[in-house]
Formats: sequence, structure tokens, C-alpha cells
Amino acid sequence: MAEFSLPANSVVKEGKTFKAPAGAKNVKKFKIYRYDPDSGENPRLDTFEIDLDDCGPMILDALIKIKNEIDTTLTFRRSCREGICGSCAMNIDGTNTLACLKPIADVKGDCAIYPLPHMPVIKDLVPDLNMPYAQLRSVEPWMQADTPAPANQERLQSIEEREKLDGLWECILCFSCQTSCPSYWWNGDRYLGPAVLLQAYRWIADSRDEATGKRLDDLNDPFKVYRCHTIMNCTNTCPKGLNPGKAIAEIKKLQFERQ
Amino acid sequence: MKMQSYLGQARSLGSTKNGVHHWWHQRLTAIALVPLSLWFVFSLIGLADADYAAYKDWLGDHGNVVFLCLFIFTMFYHAVLGLQVVIEDYVSCEAKKVFLLVFIKLIAALMGFASITAVLRVAFGG
Repeated sequence: MAEFSLPANSVVKEGKTFKAPAGAKNVKKFKIYRYDPDSGENPRLDTFEIDLDDCGPMILDALIKIKNEIDTTLTFRRSCREGICGSCAMNIDGTNTLACLKPIADVKGDCAIYPLPHMPVIKDLVPDLNMPYAQLRSVEPWMQADTPAPANQERLQSIEEREKLDGLWECILCFSCQTSCPSYWWNGDRYLGPAVLLQAYRWIADSRDEATGKRLDDLNDPFKVYRCHTIMNCTNTCPKGLNPGKAIAEIKKLQFERQ
Repeated sequence: MKMQSYLGQARSLGSTKNGVHHWWHQRLTAIALVPLSLWFVFSLIGLADADYAAYKDWLGDHGNVVFLCLFIFTMFYHAVLGLQVVIEDYVSCEAKKVFLLVFIKLIAALMGFASITAVLRVAFGG
């Protein structure tokens, strides 16, 4: 059966508390999930009190401040700090999003930060994303065309054809949607998940691609696509405002149309 | 111990190439059940406190027999499709899953067949 409670060695315990410096007036508590596989201990929730008057505006600023000034062992991924690389996706205040795009001011009360849900944790806020990356590769997210490209120029698209890719090409593969989907939690080994299906549809919808039928063949499976029960957590959580739920519906529509 | 590559796990046994059939039938039966259920409920309200003779009389109308049989078939078919999804979602043990999937189909077939033969017997029986 699907498991609804954590195994004993994954239960999150109360961790350490790091007090704000004396004299700090604008203090906010960050409760951050910590897990070190080498220690053999359970995960814990450390509390960091941060003086917001001495911190940048975004959650990522607070995390970097903690790592630089309070606890250098805090581990998380980050790179571009402007919502384009997708590295700093994590569960903030109960919602998957990018730490660099999430203002601290948007979080009322204490700010809880966990890694992306239901993925194996490598350390602290770093999830193991090997499986979704492999699933992405399995849908062959690159252009497949037998017609050779025109000499000395790119393959052409009309404005209308190009418009079909809007809302799809912007995905940065942060996997916020993927790991917010209960269907992916229960059946992540077989269901491809919203991020991968949005990428699959991005190539199905591309007028230059000539493998549409094969792509639809490969997706026509009760688990690969049809575990999507339109729960729509994916669309609600996407930090880029995209709609993976609609992309999946479009795949289903095309599967039906060609019957 | 699992040493298979992630890509190997992701590709696994490949596509069954039959997912859309189930999805489409589930939606089709759901839509069909809207008018059929309304018809059934209103018919029952009309037959409140009726005795066997009144039901037999009601089933003397061939239209009612056809609609009632359609309702029973669609309802059990839709129920099986829905339960199948729930079982596939939440039961991960392969043996239990196969058992339950076969079990619900047999039960639904049995109940559907029993219901339809009962209707036909009342309608056309002596």
C-alpha cells in the first residue's frame, strides 16, 4: 500500500536553536530541515533567528546568510539567484517554490523550509533528482526530424506555430511541480510526472518535430500519463506561472483524437 | 540491491500503448450516467410506495427496460473503471493488485448480470 507515515528513521526531531544577535529588532525564525546521512541520526528541524534588517529580501538571501554567518554546514543548491536555473527549488512555508523568487515578507509567522517532498534526501535541502532527470531523458526532449535542415538557415516556423510553444519553453526544470504531485509521490517510479510531461508536450507541440506519433505512442500508457488525476498541485505551485496540468490535458486530447 | 541505471528504471518495460482507452471510457460513462441517474431517481420517486404489480407494469414499457439495463451496465462499468484507478494508485504489491483488479471485475460482472437478468425476468417473465 501507499505509505502515509514516515518510517522511524525519517521522523523529524527537534534540532538546535541559533538565537538572533543581541539588539536585533526585526527577528524572524527560520525552521530548516537538516539531515546528514553520515551521522546516522534522524533528520531534525533547526531554528535560526535572523535579523531581517541585516538580510536581503528573499528566502535565498536568508539561507546564504545562515550558511555564511551561522552554520556553514547548511547544505542547499543555488546558482543564478534570479529564477532561471531552477537549482534552489525547495518546500517553503508548505509550498514548493524557488528560494530566490520567494520574498521573506510573503511568509507569515515562522518560515519552515524543507527539501522538495517525497524525494530521497542527499543532505539537508538537497534532494536526489536522478529519477526525474532519467524520466526526462526517457521522453527524448530534443528535436527529431528526418527532413534535413535547410542549407545555411534554421528550420522555419510560422508565428502561429511558434506561439504553441509559449508557456512550455519557459520551464526551467526545477521539479517543484513534479514533487508537489500526490500521484508522483505514490507512483513516481512509473508515472512520468508533470514536469516531464510538460517537456514531452513541448516537443509534441513543436511544428518542426517529426516524431509526434512515436512520442504519443510512448506516452499512451496507464501509468506514464494517465496517473494524472488533474489534482492541479503542479499548476498551483509552479514558480514560473506555467500550467503543466494543461499540457497533460493536451497530450490526453491528442491521444484521444488519433484513436 | 538495485544496480540498474536510472534511465533503465525510467524506461522499464516501455509503454503498454493502451492508456487512452480506459481514460476515454471512464469519461464517456460518467457523462452517460448524468441523464441515466436522473431518469432512475425520478422514476423511483414516481414509484414510491408502489407494489410489485406497479413495478411490473412500469417494466411493461420497453423503453423503461432498455434504460434500466443501460443504467445498470453503465454504472457497474464506470464503478470498475474508477475502482481500478484507485487500486492501481494505492496498492503497490503486485500480487494483491492483480487479485483485486480481477476480483472487482468478477464481482461487477456478477452483480451486473444478476441485476439485468432480474429486470428482464420481471419485465418478460410470467
